[in-house]
Amino acid sequence: MKVTLKVWRQKNATSAGELKTYTSPELNENMSFLEMLDVVNEELANKGEEPIAFDHDCREGICGTCSLVIDGKPHGPHHGVATCQTYMRSFKDGDEIIVEPWRAKPFPIIKDLVCDRKAFDRIQHAGGFISVRTGAAPDANSIPVPKEDADLAMDAAQCIGCGACVAACKNASAMLFVAAKVSHLGLMPQGQPERYRRVRAMVNQMDEEGFGNCTVTGSCEAACPKSISIDFIARMNRDYGVALLKGEPKKVAGGGAG
Amino acid sequence: MATLNSNIPPGPLASKWENHKFSSKLINPANKRKYKVIVVGAGLAGASASATLAELGYEVHNFVFHDSPRRAHSVAAQGGINAAKNYQNDGDSVHRLFYDTIKGGDYRARESNVHRLAEVSVNIIDQCAAQGVPFAREYGGLLDNRSFGGAQVSRTFYARGQTGQQLLLGAYSALNKMIGAGAVKSYTHSEMLDLVVVGGHAKGIIVRNLQTGEITRHSADAVVLATGGYGNVYNLSTYARGSNVTASWRAYKRGATFGNPCYTQIHPTCIPVSGDYQSKLTLMSESLRNDGRIWVPKKKEDCGKNPADIGEGDRDYYLERMYSAFGNLAPRDIASRAAKYVCDEGRGVGPTGLGVYLDFSESIRRLGEDKVRERYGNLFAMYHEITNEDAYKTPMRIYPAVHYTMGGLWVDYNLMSNLPGLFVLGEANFSDHGANRLGASALMQGLSDGYFVLPSTIATYLATVKAGSRPATDKGEFKEAEDNVRGFIQRVTTSSGKRTPDSFHKQLGKLMWEYCGMARTAAGLQKGIQLIGDLREEYRTNVKVLGEAGGWNQGLEKAARVADFIELGELMCRDALMREESCGGHFREEYQYTAADPEVQQGIVNAGDVKRRDDQFAFVAAWEYAGAPDKAPILNKEPLVYEEVKMSTRSYK
Repeated sequence: MKVTLKVWRQKNATSAGELKTYTSPELNENMSFLEMLDVVNEELANKGEEPIAFDHDCREGICGTCSLVIDGKPHGPHHGVATCQTYMRSFKDGDEIIVEPWRAKPFPIIKDLVCDRKAFDRIQHAGGFISVRTGAAPDANSIPVPKEDADLAMDAAQCIGCGACVAACKNASAMLFVAAKVSHLGLMPQGQPERYRRVRAMVNQMDEEGFGNCTVTGSCEAACPKSISIDFIARMNRDYGVALLKGEPKKVAGGGAG
Repeated sequence: MATLNSNIPPGPLASKWENHKFSSKLINPANKRKYKVIVVGAGLAGASASATLAELGYEVHNFVFHDSPRRAHSVAAQGGINAAKNYQNDGDSVHRLFYDTIKGGDYRARESNVHRLAEVSVNIIDQCAAQGVPFAREYGGLLDNRSFGGAQVSRTFYARGQTGQQLLLGAYSALNKMIGAGAVKSYTHSEMLDLVVVGGHAKGIIVRNLQTGEITRHSADAVVLATGGYGNVYNLSTYARGSNVTASWRAYKRGATFGNPCYTQIHPTCIPVSGDYQSKLTLMSESLRNDGRIWVPKKKEDCGKNPADIGEGDRDYYLERMYSAFGNLAPRDIASRAAKYVCDEGRGVGPTGLGVYLDFSESIRRLGEDKVRERYGNLFAMYHEITNEDAYKTPMRIYPAVHYTMGGLWVDYNLMSNLPGLFVLGEANFSDHGANRLGASALMQGLSDGYFVLPSTIATYLATVKAGSRPATDKGEFKEAEDNVRGFIQRVTTSSGKRTPDSFHKQLGKLMWEYCGMARTAAGLQKGIQLIGDLREEYRTNVKVLGEAGGWNQGLEKAARVADFIELGELMCRDALMREESCGGHFREEYQYTAADPEVQQGIVNAGDVKRRDDQFAFVAAWEYAGAPDKAPILNKEPLVYEEVKMSTRSYK
C-alpha cells in the first residue's frame, strides 16, 4: 500500500508553518504509524531533504511521548491507544492522511510535529505528590486500602501525560490530566493529609499556564489513550470546591522548642 | 591498569550493610548544601536518587534528554517488583531472595551487593506504598502478590500490567516535590555528551540542549549516572527508541571501566519480528507464563498448520518436558535459549519460522475466559493491536528479544566507579544481576540504588572532598571536553557522507544479533569484531546528518548515539570472546554439557545446558579504554569471592 501524507512542517516556535505533501514509499499494513514515518524519513534523508521531526520513544503506548493529530484526531482513528499503537492496517491504499502537532497555546511548537509540554511538569511540581521523605514510611501493610479505592485510583493513575486531552479540547483544557493526578492521590488514604492543598495548588498552576476551562464536551475522554474517565473531572471540581470553602490554611508562627 | 577495589565491608554477609552504614563517615547537615551533585537520568534510579539526595540537603541538578523526567523507560516495565516481605507466609525471607538472585544470576554477581539489595527490598515497598503507588490489593485492603519469573514464592508486588509506570510516577512525584521546593534543579531536553574529569576525579559534564542546540558546562562535587541499559546496540529490542549508552560510553572513554558488557538478557516472551521496517520489539509480560503453556509442533511438517488442527499428541511442550520442576516458568535465559533451539530445529511457527506458541486454551478451560481476561486483558489487547490476532481463540506467537543488559559500568560496594566521584546506578551499572536477571528484579535494583544505597554511600566519597572545592567551569578540562563534543557535531553535520545514522544502526543490530546474540562462538565473535570495526571506520566518513546543529535535530542526536553503540558492540564481542564459558545470558556454543558429561548422565543437567567454568571465569571483567577506538581495550579482573553461597550448577529441572 501507499499513502499521501500532508504533514505540518514548521522550523521553530517563531516561524510560520505549513502543510507539505509527501507520497510514501510502498508500505506494509503491519507497520505502526511511526514506522511508516521512519520509512518516509529515511527516504527524505536519502534525497537530501530534512526529515520530519516527530516525538516518540517507547513505541508501546506507555511513555506518553508520541503526539500526533492524525486526520483531526489526537492519537489517530482508534479509541484507547496512542499514536505509536496505531497500525497502517487502519488505513487504505491511496488514502490521504493529514498529520499535525498538538495545537494548544500552552504547548508551543518546537519543530514540525514536536511541541513543548513542560507546562504539565510545572503543574506536577506545584502539588502532584504525597510528601513522604525517603525512609519515613511505615510498613506497607499498615495502611490498608479498600480494593475498590485502589482500583479506581489505578484507573486515574494510568495517565501517561501525553497531552491528547488538551489537544482534543476546543478550550485547550488540561482538566482531565490534572483530575487524573488529583483523583489518584485523593482516593488513597496516604493522600488525605494534603488532599485540599494539592488540588488548590495544581488547579492554580494549571490556570497560570494558560489552559482553558472544561465545558464538558467529553472530547478529552474520547482522545485519551488510556480511556481515563471524565468523571474524575467532577471529582476534582468537588475537591476544589471544598478546598475553596476551607480557605487558605492558616500560617502558624515557627519557633524552636528549647 | 585501572585500580579496582570493591570496598566490600568486612564482617558476616548479613551484617555488612548495617556495619557499613555505621562505619561510614557522615556529612554535617549544615555542610550538605555546599555539595553539588549532578544526576543524569530520571528513571527509577535517577529520580529516586535525585529526590532523596535533595531531601538530605545536597544541591542536586538533574538532567534528562526527554521532555520530562516521567518518560524514562522504567515506565514500560510491566510485571512487578520483588520484595522479601513474606506477606504470603510462603517461606520467603531476605536470605531466600538473596539466594534466588545469586543463583538466578548464575553465580556471577557480587555477593555483598546482592544481599544488600534483598535487605533493602522491604523498605522499597513501604516507601512506594506511602507515596500512593496504587499497588494491587486484596479485598481486605492488604497488598497482593504474585509469583513471577522463576520464583517459587509469591514475592512480586504489582500494579496491573503497569508496575514500572506506577513506580516511576512515584519516584517522579518525589522528584517533583523537591523541584517544586527548589531543592532540585531539573534540566529537561538536556543530553549529557561528555564527562569532565579533573585530577582523576569526575567533576562535571557537558550537555547539549536538544531544543536550542546550546552546549553548556556543568561542574559538581560528584556525578551520578542513572542512564539505563544499552540493549539498543542490537537496534531491535524492547527498549525505547531513545535509550542509549552515550553517557556511560563517554564515561568509559574518560577512564571508567565497563563491567561484563556481554551479559545481555534476551527475554523469552516478545512479539516476533514481522519485517525489515521494524523499529521496536514489544514485550509481552512474562506473567503470561503463569497461565500460558509454551509449545511447538513435534514435527516440522506441522509448522504451517493451523494450531487448532495439531493434536495434543503432536505438540511438544518443551519447557515442561525439559524442566519439569519449573516448566513454563523456567528463568528467562533458559526459556529463551530453548525457544531458539526448537526454531533452529525447524519447528518454529509463524510466517518467519521464528516463533513459538504461548497457548491459553487450557487455562481458559480451567479458569474461564473471564478470569483470564481479568488477569491478562491488557496484554491480550496489546497483542491484538500489534498482530491483529485474538489470543483468546488462537495461541499467541512469541519469540525472544533483547530486553535488559546486566553489564554496565563497574562500581564498588558504594556504587562508585573506579573514577572517584563517578557513581553509577540501576541498569547502567553491572553489579547485582550477574549473568542473568530474574523477573521483577530490575525495578527493585533501580529503586534500591536510588532511594537507599547511593544517598548513604555517596557520603563516603563526599566526606573526602572539601566543601566548596569543585572546579570552576573555565578550567581546561571543561574546555577540552566541550571542544570534543563540538568537534563531533561539526564533523557529522558538515560531512559529505551518504548514509543516515539509522541505516548504520540497523546494520550494527544485525551484526550483533548474528554474532553476539543468543548463541555465540569464537569464530563468530572474531568475525563480528572485524565487521563492526569496519563499520566504525565507515561511520567516521560516511555518516550524514541533515539540518542544523543549532536547534532540534533528531538525526544529530542519533548520530552521536549510534557512534557510541558501534564502539560498544565491538567491546561486547571482545568480552564475549574472552569469556570462554557459558553463564546466564552469555552462551558460548563451545561450552555446553553434552551427553558424554557425567552431570548429564546423573540427570543433574540436560545436554545443551550451559557449562560454567568457575575455576577460570569467576570474575568480573572490567574493561578499560586504551585511548583510541581501534586499540584493544585492557582487561581488568575483579575476582568473585563467595563467602556464603557455594557456587553450584544451576539446575531448574
